Amino acid sequence: MTAKELVKMENVWVHYDSVPVLEAISLSIKSNDFLGIIGPNGGGKTTLLKVILGLIKPSRGKVTVLGTSPERGRKHIGYISQFNLFDHDFPISVFEVVLMGRYNKAGLFQHYSEEDRKAAAEALKTVEMLDYKDRQVGRLSGGEQQRVFIARALATNPELLLLDEPTASVDPNMQAEFYELLDKLKEHMAIVLVSHDISAVSIYVNQIACLNHQLFYHGSKEASAEALEKAYQCPIQLIAHGTVPHWVLREH
Amino acid sequence: MLEALQYQFMQNALLAGLLAAIACGVVGVYVVVKKIVFISGGIAHASFGGIGLGYLLGINPVLGAMAFTIASSLGIGLITRRSRLPEDTAIGILWAMGMALGIIFIGLAPGYAPDLFSYLFGNILTVPFFDLMLMLILDVVIIALVALLYKEFLYLSFDEEFSTVSGVPTEGLYLLLLCLIALTVVVLIRVVGIILVIALLTIPAALARQFTHSLKKMMLLAILAGVIFTFSGLWISYALNLASGATIILVSGTVLFISFGVNKLRRRAQENSRTATTA
Repeated sequence: MTAKELVKMENVWVHYDSVPVLEAISLSIKSNDFLGIIGPNGGGKTTLLKVILGLIKPSRGKVTVLGTSPERGRKHIGYISQFNLFDHDFPISVFEVVLMGRYNKAGLFQHYSEEDRKAAAEALKTVEMLDYKDRQVGRLSGGEQQRVFIARALATNPELLLLDEPTASVDPNMQAEFYELLDKLKEHMAIVLVSHDISAVSIYVNQIACLNHQLFYHGSKEASAEALEKAYQCPIQLIAHGTVPHWVLREH
Repeated sequence: MLEALQYQFMQNALLAGLLAAIACGVVGVYVVVKKIVFISGGIAHASFGGIGLGYLLGINPVLGAMAFTIASSLGIGLITRRSRLPEDTAIGILWAMGMALGIIFIGLAPGYAPDLFSYLFGNILTVPFFDLMLMLILDVVIIALVALLYKEFLYLSFDEEFSTVSGVPTEGLYLLLLCLIALTVVVLIRVVGIILVIALLTIPAALARQFTHSLKKMMLLAILAGVIFTFSGLWISYALNLASGATIILVSGTVLFISFGVNKLRRRAQENSRTATTA
């Protein structure tokens, strides 16, 4: 299988009030990638995802998504935002949330077809949340909510999954389960995962990039620790963990 | 009391209450779940400019208010979205400017504005037939648009970012939602008046929210609550000879607080019984 290029960023700059948040970012995401982007808070990780989604326009540089503009190409992207930001009292059921993922197929004024409902149920089954479909989303636990939002992204039938700090409100013993799920999904789609949690990310992803306004490294994860140190500006140690290497922060 | 029902003005008042309850039940739910109460208050108050314009042009002030309110809600919407002014600052400014325009227009209009007070505070007992018909038409427009765009408005309210990514035209829908609020304000002006509109936009929906987690059921419950509030408020104001708009609002607010209180007590009782069984 030859890998298709899904996202291409060339020398992209983003400024907020003339302060650069992203500087000269060039990045290519291919259809078989499982990329972890790590970096400190405020380093521009969320901004980078929003540029790919066309929610933020770069002040300079070019972004293509599936060979077209982000606005046109983004319907093939499943996006999972920092999900705990929503209103937990909002009157919406799990199934309604997941059906949102079918909007790109149904469109304005259209009712959802039987096929859309099946696809939504299928996505809920994948994340093992079908039994909860009539529950109010805000009443679920953090880990359960996250599964629902993954199901919504899967229902879009995406070629690329973008996850923003997905483990932020998941308790630690659920995190392993979550990464196992991603491990299964990566067979079918490209995944880009943004996090400040280096150790967890580096076990599962295939490539790591470090983002602190600039993209310091992008490549296979057996990279030198210097790239990480540059991004974080604090020392990082590469340790061997079974067969998969991963990084931890050295004492500082 | 029942003999009052044979009067034409009483029948009109009940019809006005019903039409107002429908509009504020449907649109108020979005105002509450999308947390756009303040912007709705701004739109409601800015509509006073339209009332003044109506007086100045010698047309029905409610028609003036309709055109002006739609224009000002689009203005508020675009400014809060696109300018760099903080949203609440922009709303506060347009809120006051709309009212100031109304005062200037009324000052410029020849003669004296006799029923000005009823536009500010409402008088459900004096709604003219033409205004009733206008309310009916606006209700139909509101229901049709919400039925047609139900999922779009739901998505806009719940998660605007994801909606934008999946191709929902969120900015256009947001402006349309503000226009629906504008139309609802127009429906409510005769019943509770510009200054009290915001209460009927929020109280029935806030009450309904305590009993369901389905947006559709919330709308139906809010309509039901609105009908009960306007009818009982009307009855109390008639029996005690009080201002109708203000009575309706006070009845609504009182019921809402009682319901919050009861819910809180019930939850505490549940928690107590749970700790009792685990102990």
